[in-house]
Amino acid sequence: MSGTKTFDEKDLAEIEKLTKKYPEKQAAVLPVLWYAQDKFGHVDPSVQKLVAETMDLPEAHVYGVVTFYTQFYEKPMGKHVLDVCTCLSCQVCGGYDILNYLEDKLGIMAGETTPDGEFSIQSVECLGACGYAPMLQVTNDKYVNYLTYEKIDKLIDDLKSGKQPGFESNKMPQHENGTE
Amino acid sequence: MPNDWKSYKPLLLPAIKDLHEISVYEKNNGYQALRKILKDRAMWSPQNVINEVKTANIRGRGGAGFNAGLKWSFMPEPDGKPRYLACNGDESEPGTFKDRKIFEFNPHLFIEGAIIAAYAMQIDVIYVYIRGEYRPFVKMLQRAIDQAYEKGYLGKKVLGSDFSVEMYTHMGAGAYICGEESSLMESLEGKRGYPRVKPPFPAQRGLWGRPTTINNIETLANVPLVMDKGADWYLKIGPDTHPGPVLYGISGHLKRPGVYEYPAGMNIMTLINEVAGGIREGKKLKALIPGGSSTPPLRADMLEGVSMDANSLRDAGSMMGTAGMVVLDEDTDMVDLIWRISYFYDHESCGQCTPCRDGTGWLEKTLRKIKNGDGELRDLDLLLAICHRMEGRTICALADAAAWPVRYSIDRFRDEFERKCKKTVYAVA
Ligand SMILES: Cc1cc2nc3c(=O)[nH]c(=O)nc-3n(C[C@H](O)[C@H](O)[C@H](O)COP(=O)(O)O)c2cc1C
Ligand code: SF4
Ligand code: FES
Repeated sequence: MSGTKTFDEKDLAEIEKLTKKYPEKQAAVLPVLWYAQDKFGHVDPSVQKLVAETMDLPEAHVYGVVTFYTQFYEKPMGKHVLDVCTCLSCQVCGGYDILNYLEDKLGIMAGETTPDGEFSIQSVECLGACGYAPMLQVTNDKYVNYLTYEKIDKLIDDLKSGKQPGFESNKMPQHENGTE
Repeated sequence: MPNDWKSYKPLLLPAIKDLHEISVYEKNNGYQALRKILKDRAMWSPQNVINEVKTANIRGRGGAGFNAGLKWSFMPEPDGKPRYLACNGDESEPGTFKDRKIFEFNPHLFIEGAIIAAYAMQIDVIYVYIRGEYRPFVKMLQRAIDQAYEKGYLGKKVLGSDFSVEMYTHMGAGAYICGEESSLMESLEGKRGYPRVKPPFPAQRGLWGRPTTINNIETLANVPLVMDKGADWYLKIGPDTHPGPVLYGISGHLKRPGVYEYPAGMNIMTLINEVAGGIREGKKLKALIPGGSSTPPLRADMLEGVSMDANSLRDAGSMMGTAGMVVLDEDTDMVDLIWRISYFYDHESCGQCTPCRDGTGWLEKTLRKIKNGDGELRDLDLLLAICHRMEGRTICALADAAAWPVRYSIDRFRDEFERKCKKTVYAVA
């Protein structure tokens, strides 16, 4: 992927809207980086430059921000990024087994991307789904909970055939007897 | 301990279908507390609202347990320039997964609470900082905020009064430290999330140098309850010193993990054995981390009669934290577990302070060595020495949060650590 990256009219209008939420333009750097990552799939140095120019900020500032936050991809990633939680509650509920199974299945280690560019795996910190462990997040979006090897197999098949997981609502156990 | 927990009906997250819809929320007494305040401004001056909330002693649910109304009273007199409320939905402390329930099941309760807080502190802009991983929940909250704008609860001249307030969501991008209130403000200003040196405190110099108050999402969700039914009513829920409902996020080796709402001060063994169904596979309980990864672990034999409130947990040797309880069975390898917690803090240290940046790294490395069977007994002393050099010597409390689990685990599970260590061999001089 080469060529100069640009924001078109529509992008600039969206960015203008994002900056309106704050008294200073700089505050919109996180939302704008999110916007850029949604558009380009990552925020590599060329995208950082674009964001910096659009927001009248030094490139160094944008680089500093990108490198501070783990969800910004500093380089192109696989089409599907699988973030497996191995932190506290997930660790004790088999998070590392899930990670290893996934690594074996895809033939790559955490931090790597499959040669066909389809999947990346990362081992990540607590995602706030501790009661539904072990779990993973798909490309900064939906959570897949209560993982088993079968569930992983199905997830990978689904993703390969273009099917994204839906939002899993975890009901309060106190609501299970029905809501009023 | 409240003995009527079995008949307790959730107040923050009641079992009402589609409560996240504004029409359903309104039908169930929603936005009535705000209406009541704005209707009788003589009775409910900002100062009186602060006093009522202060009396109710809503203890901050973000971890520190500070009286919310008291915190509000630290805001200086308005000077006509902007003032901010930052709502903390970063929810990144391992073991914690409760604020997302509010976004999903009862977002308007939180929104109403934040509006009342803004009114009481004469604030004109509210930001809701939510961790980037919660993207689906940010969308849910944004939808609820849009509904509240449509109905006139937010925006210019709220419900026709002269009080105006804006509310915006702001999504983080993966950084635990941004839950620390001054880091959160830096992040909101579009920077790396480096915590600020305090003082000045946020009420003096917060967002863009202006007076700011930071409250947790669950804390603010308690506010409409207090303003609707009164501080006296609220004080009757749970223990005197730690009143109100609490969202207990219970995870680990349990039959029925999940988020449960009960009064503060629930007996811990009741929560584990009755509420969450007991330990899986008939195993025995070994330990509990009561309120997120930074709260010192307690051995099972230390839990007798202990309840989930600040005082009881302090006496037992731990803290309430976020009430994110991680329940561990007899097979848990504590060395492995504590190593993983240290790995987390090493990963999340922002790196500004040497004791924290280097200390978290050394804790992780030393624990890794012990876990891999290469540790020596003197490494346990080394770990304690590192903890000592971290605690209370840094800009924010992350260093303490990293040190406590290590310090207290070595104390409370010492034989397990020793069993993994070789005897120290001294070189002959
Ligand atoms: C390292 C660190 C991480 C924190 N993370 C969170 C968090 O994710 N959510 C939260 O509400 N408070 C968090 N806090 C506490 C906040 O600094 C602050 O005390 C809290 O948001 C205040 O709200 P409350 O008084 O309503 O609890 C954290 C504190 C520290 C030191
Ligand atoms: S204690 Fe750690 S996380 Fe907090 S400011 Fe210092 S280096 Fe950063
Ligand atoms: S520990 Fe995995 S989601 Fe919290």
